[in-house]
Amino acid sequence: MPQTRLFDTAVQQIKYEVIKELIRAYDRGLDADIFHDIPIKIMPGPKASLRCCVYKERAIVQERLKLAMGGDKQNPNVVEVIDIACDECPVDGVFVTPACRGCISHRCMEVCPRDAIRIIDKHAVVDKSKCIECGKCTQACPYNAIILQKRPCVLSCKADAIKVNEDKKAVIDDSKCVGCGACVYQCPFGAIQDKSYILDVLDIIKKSENNTKYKVYALIAPAIVAQFNYARIEQVVTGMTMLGFHQVVETAIGADLTLDEEANELKERGTLTTSCCPSFVKYIKNHFPDLAKYISDTPSPMVMAGKLLKALDPTGKVIFVGPCTSKKFEFKQDIAKDYIDCVMSFEELQAFLDARNIDVSSLGDSELDNASYYGRIFARSGGIVEGVTDLAKERGFEARPVAMSGLEECKKQLLMLKVGKSPYNFFEGMACDGGCVNGALCLHHGPKSLTDVNKYGAQAKEKSVDASVRLYELAKQSSGEKPSTSAIKGKKSSKKNG
Amino acid sequence: MVLSVCVGSSCHLKGSYDVIETFKRVIKERKLEDKIELRACFCLGRCSDGVAVKADDKYILNVNGANAEEKFVNEILPLA
Repeated sequence: MPQTRLFDTAVQQIKYEVIKELIRAYDRGLDADIFHDIPIKIMPGPKASLRCCVYKERAIVQERLKLAMGGDKQNPNVVEVIDIACDECPVDGVFVTPACRGCISHRCMEVCPRDAIRIIDKHAVVDKSKCIECGKCTQACPYNAIILQKRPCVLSCKADAIKVNEDKKAVIDDSKCVGCGACVYQCPFGAIQDKSYILDVLDIIKKSENNTKYKVYALIAPAIVAQFNYARIEQVVTGMTMLGFHQVVETAIGADLTLDEEANELKERGTLTTSCCPSFVKYIKNHFPDLAKYISDTPSPMVMAGKLLKALDPTGKVIFVGPCTSKKFEFKQDIAKDYIDCVMSFEELQAFLDARNIDVSSLGDSELDNASYYGRIFARSGGIVEGVTDLAKERGFEARPVAMSGLEECKKQLLMLKVGKSPYNFFEGMACDGGCVNGALCLHHGPKSLTDVNKYGAQAKEKSVDASVRLYELAKQSSGEKPSTSAIKGKKSSKKNG
Repeated sequence: MVLSVCVGSSCHLKGSYDVIETFKRVIKERKLEDKIELRACFCLGRCSDGVAVKADDKYILNVNGANAEEKFVNEILPLA
């Protein structure tokens, strides 16, 4: 059988192997031996293939395993640096290579805004104390002789949260980090990894005793259509049912509800920044605190969909499956914790299926259709803008929306808003370039993902958000004033005596 | 009586919302709000016989927008 490549990089592959082995160990009954056995299974040696020696490789796998089991419980951040995996990449900054020909035009020197380049012995030399690493000289040199060496992690972090310590190891500044996971995907050594809550997922499913004690719902993010390119989404749904989920429901149904409420909020408040990407929300709070007053109070699609499910089935457990590291912290926040029980990534879902030897490409189809066109295109940048524009027209108010794709674009627009020069009043922000389809925990990334999402949106039975909104109204009615989670919490505390 | 209409994917595609709307209307017309509590739920496990409806513990299957009123009168109302 020709093996389709599942992931973009070998780093993802290793993380996946670790999680897959952890799930298999869980199924056999977890014990302390896994810290000895799993590293050897994944790095059998005897020769090292990735690092200096096989013992270091195994030690790193051990660290990955700890993160797969939830990581440092004291550290609230969902991403952590694996110190021993950090390869201490060079941090030289602007660096003149031997390709410098010692020309006489000295464009590098002319273009430098800080007067940091001198020509010594016909050779450009950078004064590190003056250089601000703007990179202008690297552009100006006709021989491409000057390079700007920045760490991939630092470059990837648009929230400016990664620093290098005295041991040359990467360190995350938690006060700046927005948990977008860009560094997780970009570090070429896989030294920054997201925590996994897969053991909690396994426990929730196991304790449901085949959905008899309570029902377990999977909420899948619409970005899933661009994943699992070796199978149809309908087959993946069948596979997820075999993993023990009672029903797979589209998170997009929550996006319909979010859109409906955000449109109303915009009408009332006049200026609004979206709340569906928790990293974008955190970015505003951490980096533009003055603008926090504009953040929408509407819960994200994940939370809205969880609310709907819990209203319909108060004892049900809801597990979100998505492309994103930031959902892993969002579900623990006050606004979400009563509605979402756990979060797993697409990478983890792939590991889960493979650990149970479920080849989804060989399965029959199960239908998947809960949400509208608009709910589904939330997965890509511009989706909310499209939806809010239409709702505004329908409801007769003015929306001047802008879609900001990636934190750099967000920063630009937020700066304009801050100084009162923005022509817009609705700001759709997504931390990942292109939106959730390019989330850090997607199996693969690429331009095809966007087409997939649009196609999937167009296939929705419902073309407007109304059906979802009516369903939510009905659900709220029938659940009445009853608190949705207290019933389950109460039952849990029955302890055995002796 | 609790009347649950499945809104899982399969039933949704077969018209759950039409069924819900019809039930809502009929309940209102006949002033049955106190007797029948209309609910939605995700998957009653009868995906191939959708739209699936459950009246307390009894399944009423193959409901759709066109026959919802008739099914309500003939099969659901006698149970209420």
